[in-house]
Amino acid sequence: MKLTKKLYNWVNERVQLDDLVKFMGKKYVPIHSHSVWYYFGGVSLFLFIIQVVTGILLLLYYKGSEDLAFESIHFIMSKVQFGWLIRSVHSWAANLFVFAAFIHMFSVYFTKAYRKPREITWVTGMLMLFLALGFGFSGYLLPWNELAFFATKVGTDIAGAVPVIGDAVMLFLRGGENVTGATLSRFFGLHVAVFPGIFTVLLFVHLLLVQRQGMSEPLGIEKSQVAPPKTMPFFPNFLLRDVLFWLIVLNILAILAVFFPWELGKKADAFASAPEGIRPEWYFMFMFQTLKMLPAHLWIIEGEVFGILMFGLAGLLWMLVPFWDRKSSQGLENKFINYAGIFAVAYILFCTILGYLV
Amino acid sequence: MDHPESGNKRDFLKWVLGSAAVAWLGAVLYPISAYLKPPKQGEVEVSSVKAGKVTDIEKDSGVIVRFGNKPVILIHKATGEFRAFSATCTHLDCTVQYKKDLGMIWCACHNGKYDLNGRNVSGPPPKPLDEYKVVIKDGEILISKIA
Ligand code: HEM
Ligand code: FES
Repeated sequence: MKLTKKLYNWVNERVQLDDLVKFMGKKYVPIHSHSVWYYFGGVSLFLFIIQVVTGILLLLYYKGSEDLAFESIHFIMSKVQFGWLIRSVHSWAANLFVFAAFIHMFSVYFTKAYRKPREITWVTGMLMLFLALGFGFSGYLLPWNELAFFATKVGTDIAGAVPVIGDAVMLFLRGGENVTGATLSRFFGLHVAVFPGIFTVLLFVHLLLVQRQGMSEPLGIEKSQVAPPKTMPFFPNFLLRDVLFWLIVLNILAILAVFFPWELGKKADAFASAPEGIRPEWYFMFMFQTLKMLPAHLWIIEGEVFGILMFGLAGLLWMLVPFWDRKSSQGLENKFINYAGIFAVAYILFCTILGYLV
Repeated sequence: MDHPESGNKRDFLKWVLGSAAVAWLGAVLYPISAYLKPPKQGEVEVSSVKAGKVTDIEKDSGVIVRFGNKPVILIHKATGEFRAFSATCTHLDCTVQYKKDLGMIWCACHNGKYDLNGRNVSGPPPKPLDEYKVVIKDGEILISKIA
């Protein structure tokens, strides 16, 4: 105890740690019936940290080339001590991460915490969510197995259908006309260098803003209360609860990773027929299912192109919601936002389930 | 400071600095964007490939044959006739297979079906599969592009 105190004083004398502690302690977390949603941002952060750690561990043995990728993962899983566990954790945590990030996003959306003055926090959050999908899509190909190979062919071909820029995007993603080792190299670079770099910057801005602005109160609660709202200091009270929640998530992750180890499948072969059961990861399923259900032609454009444009537009509008939802920023109720949100959740759930049934 | 020349001078300086900045940005971005574009690989133009002996392929079955860097599906029909088509599904790029129980070409990705003339008959594929010519010479199967 004495030693840590001494150490603290030593550092504090030089870099004024007191200020930092004060800065952290300044934030209060509102307590109300929806407080549970506040944990999902922290859970996403925790899972991202797990991804960085396990990802770097995988990098010690993984080889990002057409000839060696599959073999190197086989090696990780069969020869390296606890290699199967590290890979399984990375794969499962990727899924939990996307899931937690989606919940976090929707809870912010429905409590309208994006409203002025937190527009930048919302936009950086949305960009991180898109990046999380990019992490998932690029990581999926890395084991270079059959399922991933064809899923990547389909996914990049869909990107190629975008009008005007589609061809260039597809060529850029694939590193050529077809999905080959060149695609693997590019995805590898994006997955382990480009995305983590951008993500880290966004995360820093996001957390700094949350810390600086404090947490928003849901609109309804803000209005209905006469007395100052109940709160809890973020540091250390809420942080300790956060950590407790993280432990729960870690246990869930451990159970999944140990009892449902991630499979490797068969090595990709460009000269083999696509096997049955080619499907994207569950978080792309709703988009994929929509494209499947659209007729071949709508008006003058192809059904698929129409679908892609609609998803692009919807994603953009969603990301810009703080700028067009003027009512919430003025502290007024905006029912339309709730309906749009309920529609989006219902649509995603419906299409995802349908995707697995048919 | 209220001399008219000095305002002009400042405008001129701004202009020079501005164009220098644009030129500098171009000099950085152009090589990067050109680097990102994968070079055209000197692909060997394949016009025909040997696909083995007639006796190698059972009746009522299909195999994928490497045609340059593209997959081609060679089908030995139940009637004994050979047909060959591009194996790249016209929907979203998966590789098709011969489905015995249907007697059709089938794409597992989204359940697209083609008949044995390569015509897209059900599911999402928007176009038929390109056909290749099959010639049998001394029991050897030769697949070639239809010119
Ligand atoms: C934060 C979000 C991240 C997500 C969502 C993610 C997702 C994935 C996914 C889905 C796979 C394929 C797993 C499999 O089928 O085996 C994968 C593999 C891989 N990831 Fe990540 N990843 C993330 C971060 C990272 C980071 C930060 C690194 C490294 C710095 C990394 C390195 C790797 C490597 C080397 C592989 C190939 C090994 C394997 O597939 O088992 N990942 N990642
Ligand atoms: S890729 Fe063949 S049906 Fe979709």
